[in-house]
Amino acid sequence: MRRPEPVALVKRRRDAALAALVGTIPYAGFLGIGFDRRGDELTAVLTFREELIGNPLLPAIHGGVTAAFLETAAVVELGWQALWPRIEAGEVDPGDAGALPRLPKTIDFTVDYLRSGLPRDAYARARVNRSGRRYASVHVEAWQDNRARLYAQATGHFVMPGGAA
Amino acid sequence: MADLPAGDAGEDPRGRIARQFIEAIPHARALGMTLREIAGGRAVIAMPYDARLVGERATGVIHGGAVSALMDTCGGAAVMAHASAPVGTATIDLRIDYMRAAIPGRALVAEAVCYHVTRSVAFVRATARDGGEGPVAAATGAFTVERAG
Repeated sequence: MRRPEPVALVKRRRDAALAALVGTIPYAGFLGIGFDRRGDELTAVLTFREELIGNPLLPAIHGGVTAAFLETAAVVELGWQALWPRIEAGEVDPGDAGALPRLPKTIDFTVDYLRSGLPRDAYARARVNRSGRRYASVHVEAWQDNRARLYAQATGHFVMPGGAA
Repeated sequence: MADLPAGDAGEDPRGRIARQFIEAIPHARALGMTLREIAGGRAVIAMPYDARLVGERATGVIHGGAVSALMDTCGGAAVMAHASAPVGTATIDLRIDYMRAAIPGRALVAEAVCYHVTRSVAFVRATARDGGEGPVAAATGAFTVERAG
């Protein structure tokens, strides 16, 4: 039997692939969206800044920022799930941007604003409810201080890369 | 929620007040949005192309999220410009359909119409165009209506 790889090596490979994937999305950097990884589970993190404000009087995070945050969480989750088996097989060279899969294209995205976005960090997790050869359906939940008190949720449909639009 | 600030309705026409709302939004400024038209429950807002807003480096196409921010802002502005004179609004829900990729290098222009208002809810439709054939995206949304007093 093969000896298991050193854990540090496994983590480095996974983190490098994730960073490369997120690095293909300039807008994620513009908004300050990062990703926490536990095994294959991703949590998108939106670090609060003044530029994200939509209502200076409350103040509250702009609804468009929330929509963008959730859509980014959905797209990265889909890309990550496509990439994961190849990372584990050691087939992904994060230094080679061409080796990364093309991102899925959003068909539609519906955001449900449940609470005002507070001027604090926000978190989001996406769940792929259906992922076929051509289409995928993804649900995203976002929260701030309390995991059980969502401030927004969204459902989106995507054309998978290589699938006909 | 995508709240727009409430303000005092002074002697200015509603369009002037709505314009001030948009210009007071830090994120609308961050995206370089400019209000082109606003009157009678209708708003037109432009957003210039910016490489920082790209959704996939390999294509140069603007991220759907930036289109959402434009649609949301424009929708809120249309609500504020409605004849029933709301003093504030926030997004309840917003659905965006992406018909095609925005052409890299082109500004996006959103037009939103607040086509129906009840005592507490405003209904909005919006489209975003880049000068190419057909719209880039269409949106429908429901917004809260904050009344004075």
